Amino acid sequence: MMAELLTTTALPIMLVGAMVGIASSAVGTFLVLRGNSMLSDAISHSIVFGIVIVWLLTKQQSGPVQLIGAALTGLLTVLLTEALASTKRVKQDTAIGLVFPALFSIGVLLLNIYANDVHIDTHTVLLGEIGFVWLDTLDIFGLPIPQALVSMSVMTLLNYAFIGLFYKELKLATFDPALAKTFGFMPSILFYVLLMLTSSTAVAAFDAVGAVLFIAFAIVPASAAYLLTDRLWMMFIIGALISIASSISGYYLAVYLNVSIGGMMAVMTGVFLMLAFLAGPRYGVITQLVKRQRARQAPVEPPPSV
Amino acid sequence: MVWLELLSDYTFQNVVMGASLLGLISGPLGCFAVLRRQSLLGDAISHAALPGICLSFIITGSRDIGGIIIGSLITGSAAALIMLMLTRLSRLKTDAGLGACLSIFFAVGIVLLTYIQSTNNASQGGLEAFLFGQAAATLRSDLWVMGSITLVTLLLLAVFWKQAKLVTFDAEYARTLGMPITVIEASLTAMVALAVVVGLQMVGVILMAAMIVAPAAAARQWSRHLGGMLTIAAGVGIVSGVSGATISTLSRGLATGPLIVLTATAIVLISLALAPGRGLLWGVIKHYRQKSALKKQQLLYALYKHSADPSCAPSTLGSRRMFNKLKQQGYLTRSPRGATPSDGGWGLTAQGQAEARRVVAAFEELAS
Repeated sequence: MMAELLTTTALPIMLVGAMVGIASSAVGTFLVLRGNSMLSDAISHSIVFGIVIVWLLTKQQSGPVQLIGAALTGLLTVLLTEALASTKRVKQDTAIGLVFPALFSIGVLLLNIYANDVHIDTHTVLLGEIGFVWLDTLDIFGLPIPQALVSMSVMTLLNYAFIGLFYKELKLATFDPALAKTFGFMPSILFYVLLMLTSSTAVAAFDAVGAVLFIAFAIVPASAAYLLTDRLWMMFIIGALISIASSISGYYLAVYLNVSIGGMMAVMTGVFLMLAFLAGPRYGVITQLVKRQRARQAPVEPPPSV
Repeated sequence: MVWLELLSDYTFQNVVMGASLLGLISGPLGCFAVLRRQSLLGDAISHAALPGICLSFIITGSRDIGGIIIGSLITGSAAALIMLMLTRLSRLKTDAGLGACLSIFFAVGIVLLTYIQSTNNASQGGLEAFLFGQAAATLRSDLWVMGSITLVTLLLLAVFWKQAKLVTFDAEYARTLGMPITVIEASLTAMVALAVVVGLQMVGVILMAAMIVAPAAAARQWSRHLGGMLTIAAGVGIVSGVSGATISTLSRGLATGPLIVLTATAIVLISLALAPGRGLLWGVIKHYRQKSALKKQQLLYALYKHSADPSCAPSTLGSRRMFNKLKQQGYLTRSPRGATPSDGGWGLTAQGQAEARRVVAAFEELAS
């Protein structure tokens, strides 16, 4: 039964989509809370540079080496950005806008130069194609499991292991970095590890959804969750649920319209964000309007007479 | 000879003119984006242009540049507006708003792109070129359109110069003067979208972000005035555009967009290091000058005040080079009368005494 389900294309694609979402929104939650969301944009672009360099050094296009290479590239991006910003000559956002296009450009040019013997093209890196994940499978317990599903599951486990182990520290470092520092939690080291995990997740997600759509999976479910709850652990659960819902609805819509599956999944995350933005029970725009309306219509008590 | 051939090459002429126009518009408008701390807005707008390009293709059925410009302008501005809405009406911060808009609009673009591909339209070719830019495909007619947009944008900027300047540096004051600051901010954002449109063909959706940020960041180092900054940014934009295009043509096969971006980045790095006043290199030099001046003062102070105290023997205070330098300046002399062995045979000259007295006086004034 299980083998049958996995050999049809629908389930593996949806599973991979959901896994990409769960792994990315886990790290994305912290990025959104810390106000560093655009670092996921920077990392997912500059990673092209990392992929090419690692390929030039080891001739490996995927696997653990690429994941480690990606983690280091992500770290490099952040360190370069911070180095530029620390000169006080440019602002943080300008620094981000300078670093990642430069790394991306170097990556594209290297691809240009070695175009004849490399099979990575920027198009696949940026756009990915989740529709083909079932072509590349590994046999585990006699079941053909898509490779992307394996790597995404590993990343999900890694991300949640890190978050689980350092939950208290991460929470404090996110909401009160100064206090975390006085406790000796080293908030900046925690943050660097988080960004390395973000980069590795990005590389693992590339085959499936590509660089730009990875940003959608990292930021959008987490942002929607942020509009729905005040609890950190709830954000992870809501983020994961939105990811799963987006993957399933995105898949069927994409098949129905005959368009990019990964793209449609990302669009669906946007739909959920809009829903949370408009109809969220506490912070939604409509709720706020209704509240204001009620407050206006409530009978005004006369001021106590003196 | 190569150069002559190159200059008369029709494609090369087009590419160079296109790159110059791109620099001319993205530099000045980027200045406003960078100064208003919206450096990454250009990134979001350029990604959001993709669905517009696809929509215009679906509607008009051709790669007509007019339609593409209108389409990308509409979706680019829509993304910027939704970003503003998300951040103003909810508790999402700017970065999350930007990232969400960028990725969702780009996703819509990808969906539309695959929709176009699935309908198998023969004239779709070249649509994907907008992702990475395809400078060599620039046509003379495209240049006219790009040129007019640039001209109109710069004219608008000149007309509303005062308003744009005030809103950028002191929006609150502008509001008290009764300026429609929302309108001005929205138009500045829309103009960034215009610059993005001009750059799409040249460097592509993804690298356009750098063309907004880099020239402005470089220019900021050289000038403290908005006018000067804009002029320099335009110059940096043109220089990086033209040199990137030239290198790309000479090297045959290297993509134009990345080369333009890397040239601009190199100019930023040079500016950061060398710009007068703000350059990091000058800072380092100044630091070392101050350090050596301080050393010199310490040395003179020690020789003047404590020459008898062996625990602050001057030889522990400075290197031999320092001593020789001061000797050359006429402050020190070797083995003068009254020099003790703990001085290592060094003593102050009359000139040195005077200078040391000045140092001591300055120091004591500071201490009191």
